[in-house]
Amino acid sequence: MEALTVNQVTKRYTNHLALDQVSLSIPKQTIFGLLGPNGAGKTTLIRIINQIINADSGKITLFGEPLEPKHIGTIGYLPEERGLYKKLKVGEQLIYLAQLKGLSRKDAIEKSKAWIKKFEIADWWNKKVEDLSKGMAQKVQFISTVMHEPRLIILDEPFSGFDPVNAKLITDEILELKEKGCTIIFSTHRMETVEDLCDHIALINKSQKILEGSKKQVKETYRSNTFTVEHKGAFSLPSDTYELVEQKNTEDTYFKSTVRMKGSESPNRLIRDLTEVTEVHSFVEKIPTMSEIFITLVKGGSDE
Amino acid sequence: MNKILLIIQREFLNRVQKKSFLIATILLPLVFPALMAILIYVFIQQQENAKQEVVDVLDESGLFTFEDSKKYKYIEISGPLEKAKTVYQEGDHFALLVIPKELEISKPEGISMFTKINPSPSAIESIEDQIETQIRDQKLSDYKIDKQVLENLKTNVSINSINLSDDGKEKSSDTKVLFGLGFGAGILIYMFIFIYGMQIMQGVIEEKTSKVVEVIVSSVRPFQLMMGKIVGIASVGLLQFVIWIVLIGVVSTAIFAMFGIDVNAQQQAIMEANQTGSFASSGAASPEMQKMLGVLSDKFLMMASSFLFYFLGGYLLYGSLFAAVGSAVDSPSEAQQFMLPITIPLLVAYFGLFTFILNDPHGSGSFWLSVIPFTSPIAMMGRIPFGVPWPELLLSMALLIGGFIFTTWIAGRIYRVGILMHGTKVNYKVLTKWFMMKG
Repeated sequence: MEALTVNQVTKRYTNHLALDQVSLSIPKQTIFGLLGPNGAGKTTLIRIINQIINADSGKITLFGEPLEPKHIGTIGYLPEERGLYKKLKVGEQLIYLAQLKGLSRKDAIEKSKAWIKKFEIADWWNKKVEDLSKGMAQKVQFISTVMHEPRLIILDEPFSGFDPVNAKLITDEILELKEKGCTIIFSTHRMETVEDLCDHIALINKSQKILEGSKKQVKETYRSNTFTVEHKGAFSLPSDTYELVEQKNTEDTYFKSTVRMKGSESPNRLIRDLTEVTEVHSFVEKIPTMSEIFITLVKGGSDE
Repeated sequence: MNKILLIIQREFLNRVQKKSFLIATILLPLVFPALMAILIYVFIQQQENAKQEVVDVLDESGLFTFEDSKKYKYIEISGPLEKAKTVYQEGDHFALLVIPKELEISKPEGISMFTKINPSPSAIESIEDQIETQIRDQKLSDYKIDKQVLENLKTNVSINSINLSDDGKEKSSDTKVLFGLGFGAGILIYMFIFIYGMQIMQGVIEEKTSKVVEVIVSSVRPFQLMMGKIVGIASVGLLQFVIWIVLIGVVSTAIFAMFGIDVNAQQQAIMEANQTGSFASSGAASPEMQKMLGVLSDKFLMMASSFLFYFLGGYLLYGSLFAAVGSAVDSPSEAQQFMLPITIPLLVAYFGLFTFILNDPHGSGSFWLSVIPFTSPIAMMGRIPFGVPWPELLLSMALLIGGFIFTTWIAGRIYRVGILMHGTKVNYKVLTKWFMMKG
């Protein structure tokens, strides 16, 4: 079963189309990267999933059921623009936010105490949020996102404002939550995060979804039959089947070359041909990074 | 529904737990009467301790003899004017009054007073009075009218205004007290709407700028958040109000006790007076005082309940508008531009109260202001002490309820969009667009 499906969702604001027939399906217990440049419509989509705003048309299901107000407690949401009540104490704040998500007061107290202990911030219980540093407040906010045990967690740029130590803490926490069965949606620009954590991705550009799939599939789709070869002695290859993208002299007679195969033949053919013209030291397929795919697609899109 | 209660509770506790709430609630009713008492005390002291000023009188006409008063001692000096002036200049007397030689009784002109500082109007008046009385006496004797005859002509009438109610009971009323009641209640409503309305607006702006609102609206509907805040602050206001009433009651009882007036005996006397329909004079208090207290206790229930209704109605009507303004802007200073349409009807009602409602509570202007929901909370409070026909009162109340449902609906539509918008330049066109926007 899918954790979340978005079917043909469209949202129009007065003078622009924020989402144009966007469909997504997010498998259960995965970390799903929702990517896209600024203004692509990610926040609008996230707000629709959180039922902050309504879509003009289209359907959304959550764990097989049509999305309804009763699902509010099933979702945990960390918005990109972080915010807490500045004058409220950490403890009261956590209890209040959890109660709004539907927890009883007793549960809310119990859970928030457990979480602050886990994050080693139990001393802050009676501190006002305005007295905390930015990183500290972020931790509190993260707790408020997950403490009601949502099955779907939506994190919008979760690592902004965290130092590496705390980023690691949050990453571990996210992975642990996934292990426990949570589905996590990441909205981010940070491609290294996507590369490290995400199982699935979708790319939204200019209100439309232009790419969706598992990370492996996507990379498979965007491999370009390009290989990096380290070798001794320069070479040239017949230009009807190969394109020598680059050949760089590293030291003495050692070179590093990038070769693209024009046909769809096996890499073995290239190796065979290479061994005849040079001494091969290494041979690696050049797989595009998420960042490269992102840039190619978004730039390609804007050229239209 | 449960979540609205949570929000109301939170908003209530946030404010009530603050020290400033405690200070404002407890000190305000003590500070104001205390300030008044101090001012009155100072005024009385000044009156009592004022030293007698000396006025030089150069009466060239020889018609007047001045009697020393508590404030002024008159010294007759001799002319000529130039000499008198130099003497006055060198001395430390308060003033030099010069009455010219050719003063005609029928046309007393040319009297002048020289002073070193600008005299207060009351100083001039008291001297003018003296001269006027003497001229009057002079004229009386000229016309050969006996003073005693004139005294007998004077009659003092004080109309005892009595309301004849439908059931035929007579109620004594005192227009001055009614005026005071209407005035006080109207001003209080005006102040409360502003004070608590601004609190709503600040609260909304705070939530918006701290960005916490996005987290909240992922848990509750924006409308629930707005209403929760409005009702939460209203309950703070009511609590504050109740505490004030109790405190003022205690303080005024204490003050009455200090001045030796027994309030209970007073009320007892009034009750008896109301029952018998006439005012039996009791030992301690004057009939005037009794009458005033009688009017007050008579109107109290009506005033208190309608005050509660119009305070809540007006507050809800304007509260949601304040919330909408708060949601549209990123800082309180930006809010100024949208305050005008909210302020104007309040000001109209406020000035209407002074200019014609209290003077002519049953006129057509007063009627309209007291049924239009935007002005009715203030205007109606000015009319109620004078008695408003039930159909008018019910119409006004119904329209006020309709009015706040209407403004809440409009405000809610602007609010739900506004709270999520940051950094947009907002004007009325944008607000209209937000209002029209689909969910």
